[in-house]
Amino acid sequence: MATDILQFLLYAAILVALAWPLGRYMARVFQGERTLLSPVLVPVERGIYAVAGKSAMQDQHWTRYALSLLVFNLAGWLLLNAILRLQHLLPWNPEGLAPMPPDLAFNTAVSFVTNTNWQAYGGETTLSYFSQMVGLTVQNFVSAATGIAVAVAVIRGFAAHSAKSVGNFWVDITRSILYVLLPLSIIGALVLMWQGVPQTLGAYVPVTTLEGAQQLIAQGPAASQIAIKQLGTNGGGFFNVNSSHPLENPTQLSNLLQLVYILLIPAAFCFLFGHMVKDQRQGIAIFAAMGILFVVGLAVVYGAEIDGNTSYDVLPIDQTAGNMEGKEVRFGTGLSALWAEATTAASNGSVNSMHDSFTPLAGLALLLNIQVGEVIFGGVGAGFYGMLLFVVLTVFLAGLMVGRTPEYLGKKIEAKEVKLAVLAFLSMPVGILVFGAVAAVVPSALAAVQDPGPHGLSEILYAYSSATGNNGSAFAGFGANLPFHTTLQGIAMLLGRYAFIVPMLAIAGALATKTPAPASAGTFPTHGPLFVVLLMVIVLILGGLTFFPALALGPIAEQVAMIAGQTF
Amino acid sequence: MSKHKRKDFSLFDRALAAQAARSAVAKLDPRVLSRNPVMFVTGVVALLTTFIFLRDLVTGAAMTGTVGQIAFWLWVTVLFANFAEAIAEGRGKARADSLRATQAETECRRLTGDPAAHKDFELVSSQRLRKDDVVLVEAGQLIPADGEVIEGVASVDESAITGESAPVIRESGGDRSAVTGGTRLVSDWLVICVTAEPGKSFLDRMIAMVEGAERQKTPNEIALNILLVGMTIIFVLVVVTLEPFALFSGTSIPVAFLVALLVTLIPTTIGGLLSAIGIAGMDRLVKANVIAKSGRAVEAAGDVDTLLLDKTGTITFGNRMADAFMPLPGVSERELIETALLASFPDETPEGKSIVDLAHKMLGREVDVLRQGIGKFVPFSAQTRLSGADLTDGGEARKGASDAILRYAEAKASPDLTRIVEGIAKSGGTPLVVARDKRILGVIHLKDIIKPGIRERFAELRRLGIRTVMITGDNPLTAAAIAAEAGVDDFLAEATPERKLELIRKEQAEGKLVAMCGDGSNDAPALAQADIGVAMNTGTPAAKEAGNLIDLDSDPTKLIEVVLVGKQLLISRGALTTFSIANDVAKYFAILPALFITAYPGLEALNIMGLASPASAILSAVIFNALVIFALIPLALRGVRYSPATAGELLRRNLLIYGLGGLVVPFAGIKAIDVAVSALGLA
Repeated sequence: MATDILQFLLYAAILVALAWPLGRYMARVFQGERTLLSPVLVPVERGIYAVAGKSAMQDQHWTRYALSLLVFNLAGWLLLNAILRLQHLLPWNPEGLAPMPPDLAFNTAVSFVTNTNWQAYGGETTLSYFSQMVGLTVQNFVSAATGIAVAVAVIRGFAAHSAKSVGNFWVDITRSILYVLLPLSIIGALVLMWQGVPQTLGAYVPVTTLEGAQQLIAQGPAASQIAIKQLGTNGGGFFNVNSSHPLENPTQLSNLLQLVYILLIPAAFCFLFGHMVKDQRQGIAIFAAMGILFVVGLAVVYGAEIDGNTSYDVLPIDQTAGNMEGKEVRFGTGLSALWAEATTAASNGSVNSMHDSFTPLAGLALLLNIQVGEVIFGGVGAGFYGMLLFVVLTVFLAGLMVGRTPEYLGKKIEAKEVKLAVLAFLSMPVGILVFGAVAAVVPSALAAVQDPGPHGLSEILYAYSSATGNNGSAFAGFGANLPFHTTLQGIAMLLGRYAFIVPMLAIAGALATKTPAPASAGTFPTHGPLFVVLLMVIVLILGGLTFFPALALGPIAEQVAMIAGQTF
Repeated sequence: MSKHKRKDFSLFDRALAAQAARSAVAKLDPRVLSRNPVMFVTGVVALLTTFIFLRDLVTGAAMTGTVGQIAFWLWVTVLFANFAEAIAEGRGKARADSLRATQAETECRRLTGDPAAHKDFELVSSQRLRKDDVVLVEAGQLIPADGEVIEGVASVDESAITGESAPVIRESGGDRSAVTGGTRLVSDWLVICVTAEPGKSFLDRMIAMVEGAERQKTPNEIALNILLVGMTIIFVLVVVTLEPFALFSGTSIPVAFLVALLVTLIPTTIGGLLSAIGIAGMDRLVKANVIAKSGRAVEAAGDVDTLLLDKTGTITFGNRMADAFMPLPGVSERELIETALLASFPDETPEGKSIVDLAHKMLGREVDVLRQGIGKFVPFSAQTRLSGADLTDGGEARKGASDAILRYAEAKASPDLTRIVEGIAKSGGTPLVVARDKRILGVIHLKDIIKPGIRERFAELRRLGIRTVMITGDNPLTAAAIAAEAGVDDFLAEATPERKLELIRKEQAEGKLVAMCGDGSNDAPALAQADIGVAMNTGTPAAKEAGNLIDLDSDPTKLIEVVLVGKQLLISRGALTTFSIANDVAKYFAILPALFITAYPGLEALNIMGLASPASAILSAVIFNALVIFALIPLALRGVRYSPATAGELLRRNLLIYGLGGLVVPFAGIKAIDVAVSALGLA
């Protein structure tokens, strides 16, 4: 246990040490200032703009920004859909894999375009190398870049001084990929290759095992996809079992690198924010709120897992290392819990253990991480603008209590912003509760549910939370590859992504036009410990109040049943 | 600081409460109820539960008694909310009635033909006066309508409006030309041009405002309402989807119980009290004798960043007063005082009187002896710019500005004189040089006297984050000294209407909200430009038209009070919203175990309050939810207790009371009701 906690601390230290300078670097990138990589990348960037034409690079009103984003993502979806449907005609398909069925292709294309990376299929048995590399990996980059661009635009809205524009989508997305995602992915991929992750276009390798059996070892261009899958909080595994696969995550070092990459950009966004609004305290306050919520979640998950499954106490099972069902022995309870907490907090769909096998209480914490809206660090960019939504709500709810119209960073939060915030906020309950409720009663949907009783409900809730929260991980017992679920989940993913992005950009546009009022003794202070606590309470209360009844019938009922020794 | 002269109604005046109770039932009309979305939803589900109860009565289903009680308490919830609104309106109406009494119909003399002659007139009812009619009012008569004096000087008793019994002077031209309908002429006569159409006078506006008839929702109220609607939608989704989840779990939840869960979760507390808070806020303003032309202005007052205050009358008493006699070397103080006294005895100006007062203090009764030395008074004139007296012994006593006296004395300023004069000017005072028979004796130090307590008031405002800026026509040197003494944050010296306007625009460009008060016609542009413009009731019609608040007492410091009323309004809303949301946590712990206990008996673990039975738990939560609205009506009407403090302190205090309190109180309250409910055998 001491080793586990030491590992957690080491992880936190590395993360903060890297996120701080990265935040500063990214702020400079998006404000068009000179950076370390400028000598190399500025000519490349200029070249791209020269091809695209000057008019495309002008500052955009938020509506234009949103429209560019939607058009770009729609084009990406069409392309990916085509690749998946036509992969048998395309190159790099040494195993001769068949085209994806239409509903699964729809689901998968939506999933990767929305940065969800929900996988209703197994990668090595379904996708050609071309589909993985040109289809999925490209979307891993651009969907992450889309999230980053939106967050930067939203931050500009908060930072602007009576401006009409929130930036230019094409510039933001180009810079995200060129200056941030590509360099870090290249470093990550090289380290992973060094640690033994394959990066090849060669066919699967037949081997004779020690027992003399024949086995076909799946491989492929994995390292390049894994680096970006973690960095961009995508999480779509190259192999079906994702980062618990020895070729996807071979060593302790590769595990650490991937863990750091999962939270690196989301954490850096807090500091980027501080730089862009020219008040580091604001960024640190948000980092603190996210960080504390993360630690609390980790404590619950790790505590519940190390405690083990009390139902096993009667069986001859040694649980001194905690609940090891569904976990890799090489990672143990500590690193599995940390991974699960980090990925659910960060809307990263990758797993290095099976969440379905976690104790109900740990499962509850993971579910809540997603259900509060993926704002505890959250997806790249997405987590930060999601948290800004909570900041707006917090400031509005509590801000009245200081006797002024609520304001954040000097910008008044008025009817228009509240309306948009409520609209964005509605996407989670609709996607999770409404869609989940439908899935819980429609007979054709119920076939997907593996377990009876409360755990079955947890599986449904997790699946729809994961889709709407654009997380992508699953309670593995849930067999998602049914036309009902591939379709409904596809819609949930779209809802969770765009029904949130568009109102958020509208808020940014509305705030950008306002003149910030200078702070005074009468202004609601948004940097102190009081605000941090308030923000966390609002996240938990709003998230908790919305999902508590459903959770009571799922993981909570299961937990009390487990303690009582009841099975279903 | 202001005189709260208007009578306050006791919180639940018996007649008012009876009236409000009747009106609460009338407000069940769906057209009225739909204006309040949260209560509308409560009303709809109350109706639904009533139907279920009636159906169960007929079919004889189980738990009919509980369902009936839930239905009853849901109706009570709606009625309590309606009652809160009705009582707030009732208080406003009662206040309006007392105002309306002053608006009695009178006969008045409308001039026909040449108004200057005021010979021909006809008798008409005051109700029939139109804008631009000209009326003649004589001593003892009521002024029939709001208007502007175009001829005459008279004293007017405005106590009906301001509560101030001393009559005030109203005259044509200048800044004291406005008269208000319903006030009484005490002396002389006035010719008045009517400036308001019937039903549009200030009194009418005031009545409309307190009655809530013309009440429009303020921006913040709208925003809060949107949030409440959003939360209601979310909880509707939560409750509606609970049945499918329950079905999956092999159980089913009675509709009445789902309804109970819904109503306890949606923000009924704040939803029910929101409009009462708004109306009561307006009422508080009227009580302070301020008319707001819109609710928006009241709310914006809470947001004010910069307060522009005129020096004269607001920060200092209107006039400068003698503070010290400063003789030149070789002149005895007594000689200076005597001469100053002689030069001031006949001088009726406040400055002159203050010199006499000060001399009186220093010399005592000898003053009366000296008075006999006065021959002829030499009044101040624009040419000489000095005043004084020719004495019976043939001498001359003069006082005036330094340059005027030097000219009179045909002398050059001695270094000593220059030193004294500049010293006084630097300290913010006015030097008045005294000479006798063309010999300069010394200087009188005239000083602005800062109103007592104003410095502390500014310190309070500073803690609220409000910057005070003093506006004065004085030179920068004088202004700086007074500003330092009064404790304002900044000042605008040598102010002209243009520079005032410029200052407001500059502050606004920095994103600040500016409040100011004014009365003169030349204040009108600045009043219009400012976010909060408080016009004095004594001011010109132009100023009153330009401002968005009118102070009937014409007390410039009232601005500070308006700011506090605005802040209290916002705080009350925020506090009750926080309380309402925090309440939900306890309600979950009461209702959820009750709903799911049949499906998963283990969930009894969530029943941390140890409530007696599922039915009793649900009923208790619903009853608590209804009673808390009633219990908070006084708070909504009175406003949350508020004393100036920094935002951080306010937030901490209010979060502790309404946030933490909102978490804890319902646990105790629901448990107590549960004990009562099970003791009475209601469930």
